[in-house]
Amino acid sequence: MLINHPLLGPRDASEFTYLGDASLMNRPDWQAENAVQAFHDYLYLRDNPAGLHRELWFHEQGDRSWLLVTRNTLTHEIVSVEMASETRRSGGAAQ
Amino acid sequence: MRYSGFRVIKEALTGHKGWRPTWRDAAPQPDYDFVIIGGGGHGLATAYYLAKQFGQKQIAVLEKGWIGGGNVGRNTTIVRSNYMLDGNEPFYEFSLKLWEGLEQELNYNAMVSQRGILNLYHTDGQRDAFRRRGNAMILNGSDAELLDAEGVRAMYPFLNFENARFPIRGGLLHRRGGTVRHDAVAWGYARGADQHGVDIIQNCEVTGFRIENGKVLGVETSRGYIGAKKVAASVAGSSSRLMALAGMRLPMESHVLQAFVSEGLKPTIPGVITYGAGHFYCSQSDKGGLVFGGDIDGYNSYAQRGNLPVVEDVVESGVSLIPALGRVRLLRSWGGIMDMSMDGSPFIDKTHIEGLYFNGGWCYGGFKATPAAGWCLAHLLSTDRSHETAQAYRLDRFQTGHMIDEKGQGAQPNLH
Ligand SMILES: Cc1cc2nc3c(=O)[nH]c(=O)nc-3n(C[C@H](O)[C@H](O)[C@H](O)COP(=O)(O)OP(=O)(O)OC[C@H]3O[C@@H](n4cnc5c(N)ncnc54)[C@H](O)[C@@H]3O)c2cc1C
Repeated sequence: MLINHPLLGPRDASEFTYLGDASLMNRPDWQAENAVQAFHDYLYLRDNPAGLHRELWFHEQGDRSWLLVTRNTLTHEIVSVEMASETRRSGGAAQ
Repeated sequence: MRYSGFRVIKEALTGHKGWRPTWRDAAPQPDYDFVIIGGGGHGLATAYYLAKQFGQKQIAVLEKGWIGGGNVGRNTTIVRSNYMLDGNEPFYEFSLKLWEGLEQELNYNAMVSQRGILNLYHTDGQRDAFRRRGNAMILNGSDAELLDAEGVRAMYPFLNFENARFPIRGGLLHRRGGTVRHDAVAWGYARGADQHGVDIIQNCEVTGFRIENGKVLGVETSRGYIGAKKVAASVAGSSSRLMALAGMRLPMESHVLQAFVSEGLKPTIPGVITYGAGHFYCSQSDKGGLVFGGDIDGYNSYAQRGNLPVVEDVVESGVSLIPALGRVRLLRSWGGIMDMSMDGSPFIDKTHIEGLYFNGGWCYGGFKATPAAGWCLAHLLSTDRSHETAQAYRLDRFQTGHMIDEKGQGAQPNLH
């Protein structure tokens, strides 16, 4: 798999470490009434879709940036790649 | 029809005209007492024990493709009872005991071969961890022996003992572990279940659940609606997809695991060897091929095929452990979709929907669990209580804090 890094161009996926579903960017509010439940769901539950999946890859062997990759889990085709930091800045949460 | 040596000779003398299909090609009935979704090893074993052990009737197994086409026919066939934690080891020991009697029980040659599993260690720390695990195994009625380097050398002189970075210091030997012919397990359970009246319905994909007032009434399938008093999902890597149809989100990710087989060789590796420095395990099939594998690819996947970096990684580990492997040609590789749970341990539990049960989260280790998973799920379906060896496999264990994390990796499925 090649990941088209927005700054560095196409890089082999083996340069990256994989974290998982992009929803991990949306940390729950620890002061909310339902924080215990929300953190359980945040940490342990996943949509795990067959099809398009928004996910976090860390460019460990490269510029050490976090990328937000949209990839089809049925074909491994990568549809889009964004800098996670920019997605966060331009509205915060990932879907 | 009972299989026996006598039967084989008789058929050989009469032109093999007496053999019959191993199971009926059943058409779906409108209603069942029990519907089991997934005709893998677990689903078929569940149906078998439900009928045979728990005396239940009106049982169907629904399989979207053909039985044995999922992970039960794709794994590296290793069976073992060498876990450490209390929630796990009694269950796997129960499973290994069932394997030991399986062929007589099913009257089917599943080629159960207790050829021994050797986990190698390369450091003092690893040795101490293995000693601890071995003790836990023995306490739970399993067997374990700690070998030093000489003990390993006597068994496998061709290993790379003098590796400068990871010298082999010894290994933990689990003599009762070994391999089982994976397809034969699916076929043997299918035949046994069929003989006890279970309908095995292939090419029948479950596409939805009919749920009213929090109670399951039946399933929608590609072959029409099928009513059921109780429904059990046992679909391995497809668990999240299936349970999403019932509105559930699971503590699970689906990942691809690859496996490899070499050209046929003369007998070289009598048992199963696992590397302690890289992730690599290897055995030799009765046809002579070396069967081996390593890590999962590490990203969510439903593709049933992996990528080249893992091929390279597995082969590198293999050659660093068994240098002679460098001369062997690889014949085939393939992938299967693993239901990787958040703590690396499985679930056999009721769901919050009445009449809907779930079995899954087996990661890359569910083949060895096949007999016990079937038995325990059948126990749960039939009595509505967990079997004593499966009580820790609860769906809510992350909420209650009772995780069973053998590797201590936390909620990161690609590390288990
Ligand atoms: C490469 C590889 C190596 C492995 N090595 C080992 C090993 O050495 N030892 C070990 O213990 N384990 C191993 N495993 C893991 C083991 O194979 C699995 O954990 C186990 O087989 C899963 O249970 P099963 O047999 O019931 O799954 P499967 O055989 O996958 O059965 C699930 C079935 O459900 C069906 N299904 C899915 N969705 C639907 C639907 N909507 N409707 C109807 N049917 C559906 C599928 O078609 C499939 O046939 C390995 C797995 C792989 C892929």
